[in-house]
Amino acid sequence: MTGGLGRIGVVTFPGSLDDSDARRAVRLAGGEPVELWHRDADLRQVDAVVLPGGFSYGDYLRCGAIARFSPVMEPLLEQARGGMPVLGICNGFQVLCESHLLPGALTRNDHLHFVCRDQRLRVERTDTAWTSDYGQGQEITVPLKNGEGGYVADERTLDSLEAEGRVVFRYVGGNPNGSRRDIAGISNEAGNVVGLMPHPEHAVETLTGPTTDGLGFFTSVLKRLVTA
Amino acid sequence: MARVVVDVMLKPEILDPQGQAVQRALPRLGFEGIADVRQGKRFELDVAEPVTDEALARIRELAETFLANTVIEHYTVRVEEAEGAEGAGAGAAA
Repeated sequence: MTGGLGRIGVVTFPGSLDDSDARRAVRLAGGEPVELWHRDADLRQVDAVVLPGGFSYGDYLRCGAIARFSPVMEPLLEQARGGMPVLGICNGFQVLCESHLLPGALTRNDHLHFVCRDQRLRVERTDTAWTSDYGQGQEITVPLKNGEGGYVADERTLDSLEAEGRVVFRYVGGNPNGSRRDIAGISNEAGNVVGLMPHPEHAVETLTGPTTDGLGFFTSVLKRLVTA
Repeated sequence: MARVVVDVMLKPEILDPQGQAVQRALPRLGFEGIADVRQGKRFELDVAEPVTDEALARIRELAETFLANTVIEHYTVRVEEAEGAEGAGAGAAA
């Protein structure tokens, strides 16, 4: 901790859409949002980082493939491996998979349609940096909006994710995109890096979101930073 | 100037909904008997210098780390020259 508030960086790539909502979610949870730019060579001493949703670099090549080589990703990868909490939402999840911080990949939805709906999820793991404020097995509803959100990995990887308890969220009430084993979000082994396709940052106040279920991501990490 | 072609395809076990959509449109267009369609990407790299083994190795590395995501895709790298030089062989698929 560098101050009274947890400083949480939100990276803006060219084509990021949900960076301001992510910063707002940090603020509503009681943290200090810090703008990070994709060309930044350092992380401005933040305590955690959110990679937001959107279409970084126009989704050219593959979703997240070009963002993964942005200058800001170098210190991010290093500090994430050192234990800094990192949350990848939607396009951010794709960037984390392209970076190999998380296993597997996100592919085009099996039905080829862009999905935009309020999605029920089950919280499968509450001991990550981003989910400690939820109850085990709790169901939450947050928006989901993607065209390439089908989570895939080979069977061995899927088996080890299940065995190690690294499936953090599962879709409930219908699989929206063909994700293997209904997986909506996963973590790395240490639990500091979490990625998911749905958007908790859009569900942080009743005026604009379907619920306030997403706020727990941000309060969880802030508590973790206080006790770290 | 030499051209190096990198072809990237989804691995066989990865669902290709785009290819399926193309395949499903074929009967409507009067094309029968096409059992499956897979859609991929082709990159044409025009190389200013002669394509040495070293240059080719670097391009393979580029394909491995950037042009393809070897979690879901495999790739091939080959040199395409006016004189019909031999193909450079297939790249590794992880």
